[in-house]
Amino acid sequence: MSGNMNINLKVWRQKNEKSQGKLVDYKVEGVSPDMSFLEMFDVLNDKLIRDGKDEPIAFDHDCREGICGMCSMYINGRPHGPNQGVTTCQLHMRSFKDGDTIVVEPWRAAAFPVVKDLAVNRSAFDRIISAGGFISVNTGNAQDANSLPIPKDNADEAFAAAACIGCGACVAACKNSSAMLFVSAKVSQLALLPQGNPERNSRVLDMVAQMDAEGFGACTNTGACSAECPKEISLTNIARLNREYFGAQLSSNRT
Amino acid sequence: MLDSKIPQGPIESKWTNYKSSVPLVNPANKRSLEILVVGSGLAGASAAASLAELGYKVKVFCFQDSPRRAHSIAAQGGINAAKNYQNDGDSVYRLFYDTIKGGDYRSREANVHRLAEVSGNIIDQSVASGVPFAREYGGLLSNRSFGGTQVQRTFYAAGQTGQQLLLGAYSGLQRQVGLGNVQLLARHEMLDVVNIDGKCRGIIARDLVSGKLERHFGHAVLLCTGGYGNVFFLSTNAMGSNVTAAWKAHKKGAFFANPCYTQIHPTCIPVSGDHQSKLTLMSESLRNDGRIWVPKSKENAEAIRNGKLNPNDLKEEDRDYYLERRYPAFGNLVPRDVASRAAKERCDAGYGVNKTGEAVYLDFAFNMKYKYGKQEATKKNITNPTEEQLTALGQDVIKEKYGNLFDMYKQITGVDPYKNPMMIYPAVHYTMGGLWVDYNLMTTIPGLYALGEANFSDHGANRLGASALMQGLADGYFVIPYTIGAHLANEISVKPISTDHEAFVTAEKEVSERLAKLLAIKGTKPVDYFHRRIGKIIWDKCGMARNVEGLTWAIAEIQKIREEFWSDVRVTGDANEFNPELEKAGRVADFIELGELMCKDALERNESCGGHFREEFQTEEGEALRDDENFKNVAAWQYNNIGDWTKHQEDLVYENIKIAQRSYK
Ligand SMILES: Cc1cc2nc3c(=O)[nH]c(=O)nc-3n(C[C@H](O)[C@H](O)[C@H](O)COP(=O)(O)OP(=O)(O)OC[C@H]3O[C@@H](n4cnc5c(N)ncnc54)[C@H](O)[C@@H]3O)c2cc1C
Ligand code: SF4
Ligand code: FES
Repeated sequence: MSGNMNINLKVWRQKNEKSQGKLVDYKVEGVSPDMSFLEMFDVLNDKLIRDGKDEPIAFDHDCREGICGMCSMYINGRPHGPNQGVTTCQLHMRSFKDGDTIVVEPWRAAAFPVVKDLAVNRSAFDRIISAGGFISVNTGNAQDANSLPIPKDNADEAFAAAACIGCGACVAACKNSSAMLFVSAKVSQLALLPQGNPERNSRVLDMVAQMDAEGFGACTNTGACSAECPKEISLTNIARLNREYFGAQLSSNRT
Repeated sequence: MLDSKIPQGPIESKWTNYKSSVPLVNPANKRSLEILVVGSGLAGASAAASLAELGYKVKVFCFQDSPRRAHSIAAQGGINAAKNYQNDGDSVYRLFYDTIKGGDYRSREANVHRLAEVSGNIIDQSVASGVPFAREYGGLLSNRSFGGTQVQRTFYAAGQTGQQLLLGAYSGLQRQVGLGNVQLLARHEMLDVVNIDGKCRGIIARDLVSGKLERHFGHAVLLCTGGYGNVFFLSTNAMGSNVTAAWKAHKKGAFFANPCYTQIHPTCIPVSGDHQSKLTLMSESLRNDGRIWVPKSKENAEAIRNGKLNPNDLKEEDRDYYLERRYPAFGNLVPRDVASRAAKERCDAGYGVNKTGEAVYLDFAFNMKYKYGKQEATKKNITNPTEEQLTALGQDVIKEKYGNLFDMYKQITGVDPYKNPMMIYPAVHYTMGGLWVDYNLMTTIPGLYALGEANFSDHGANRLGASALMQGLADGYFVIPYTIGAHLANEISVKPISTDHEAFVTAEKEVSERLAKLLAIKGTKPVDYFHRRIGKIIWDKCGMARNVEGLTWAIAEIQKIREEFWSDVRVTGDANEFNPELEKAGRVADFIELGELMCKDALERNESCGGHFREEFQTEEGEALRDDENFKNVAAWQYNNIGDWTKHQEDLVYENIKIAQRSYK
């Protein structure tokens, strides 16, 4: 039931973090418009393995449902490819035409070193969360969930920010490799909820400090992050982060 | 031989009394006790964070690049809890009862009751950690219904409940990482357990980036490694979900319970072609508002298949809402096994509605218009609204409830579900079977525990929707922090064992030889080729319907595939580098062995119950026919050798529920 599109790929191949990489040409035949972009890579890898001339291409993926944030391909100069609000795994070949040439690269950012081919290391994001992206509540300490009503609008807005999947497309999209959208999404979620209040100031200061320490660039408000974000995380989160940050600086004795 | 260690006393007080009598470990001793947690899903993340908060030294392993990406992230619909916030008659007993009944009377009463008891705390804990559940205008939490129940007890965050719960547990975990109480080892895969003097004392893990094998010691090891649904190749599980950790433990002495109990979820997007790498679930919550149907006549079904008839044009009286017809009391909200089999029955009989004949409709038009459209019209004081107005008003409500699922459907199929009924078909989704554990969640290897989907404990032969998230978090947040004391209280004087101990050396050597062997075969076929083959056999013969002939054939066939795999697979690259093909090869090798055990278990369970439907055992109406006389028990398999197991049984005792034939009519 395979299809009849032929696709030309230029794929970034790099053996490991230390080695030099380069773009290599591949041709994939019999692509069906119903295939996902990653399924096209499955077909290509299957062929590479059977032919035995070149190693299969390494790429990150897991859920293939647009929710785990693992897939991360930079497609024709755009993280996650041409469609709005879609991860690489949810991009389907019906978005391309027979005979198209597609360039596929890994995320590019100093803070996201390449592991192999298209897979990168995003552990910097985990360390930013460790710095403050939580509410300090030990298991067993919670009161009844309904004892703290939260206005629906706030809850909805917190949810919209919490929808970030930590994929790093915002960093890859930004010319400065800034992680502001990612960090602001978590800061916003917790700032919008009363539970997040006690640690509000330390949270934003610590997360921003960690972000800087990881080597992410500064935010110059180009908005490329939000435009390319597969979960359409809004720029208003960055504005909120800035307010939180300045407020926290004023009220804290830290500088 | 199998001691489930269920505490004495009446069911309502077993857990409370046990908690106050289970041995404690004092804070100073906790600091010198090391716990390895394999897996960072809901079970692993919540366990690791909670144990680290208590003061234990914890290491967490996961194969993804970040613990936040564990498969739990993909859960959509919701999580159950007996809060009775809706005042609709819910209670701990009712949740307990629904779960046992839903599981077709094949789960352990004491465990399930405990699960129901702690369910409320999970919601409290999650909200306190910042999980943004859906709320009503008054600011209180919102609930919805799930299959197999008649109350509204499901808490949710749009169609992303698993994501929000996991991110909550993950943030607690990362906090402990930041405090230095947890060491995180992402992109690590556990490839064996290490037993010393009859106790589990550690694991062998592979650093997936460098390929290096590592030895880790622990006073206790927790496997929170998820389910084995990917044995079917096509499933709704994430691509990396696997049985490897559980299987290695099984081969080192942990019994595997009820492997044939797998859940086929009724509402998934149908297969579209040979290239398909996985299937996508459309959450069960959609059955709140979507009505399931096929045409009443085969002619119409055929016209739809050939594209000559638009389903929207088919008159009401020509549609067969077969669930509403067969099960008036529960209608579209019957449990999953029942709904799946009913869809298969209609499609097998020739009423399927897509090209392959394997799809039924899930249709929102009616409720969009008449339930929500009318409600909105009334709210907005629109008198005599037109049909179009009603649809438009209702569409906004549907969008708010299920927007992300509708978008996902459109993304994958290219069809707009607001305008056309969705097409769905059952797909593998969850595995009730897993490592056998006692009341403490300990396997048959002392010191080795299994939590979450990896164990067999709470769902019997069929899991109710929104209960896996509940179980994962119950195990991790509220059960293991107590029950692990029963073991660790005796370990306080045990000094960490050096990983130069010969048991570690031998285990590492075995793992390394196995990897070398896989790479050395240099056959002709990729790993996926074998995975697809084994998957198809299991789907056809050990899927929604099973029989002696099919299972016997499958076992022989799987044995052949195993031989072929070990002589003809081609695994590229090296062991000392990032090598996803090598990871996959190891996992598929384990799936092949597991597949054989699943078929064997299905073959020996001469009854139908829940997700295990043996064609030889059914009522006249085609419902599952249990045999409580002979099979009111857990089958726990002990591994002897490749293809050779011994079956043990744990008898199930029902003292608090009258067991009956399950009826949803
Ligand atoms: C699409 C979908 C939707 C669902 N929706 C719902 C729902 O709405 N409500 C509900 O209650 N349930 C739902 N479920 C079921 C539920 O999501 C799972 O049962 C549950 O999340 C399992 O959690 P877990 O912690 O046991 O394991 P997982 O979340 O699967 O985590 C497994 C962990 O183990 C690690 N791991 C595995 N093997 C190894 C190894 N060898 N070495 C190192 N690490 C390893 C992985 O890295 C991962 O961190 C859904 C399931 C699917 C597939
Ligand atoms: S903000 Fe968007 S692009 Fe950035 S990590 Fe989150 S989901 Fe990805
Ligand atoms: S693979 Fe999970 S988001 Fe793409």
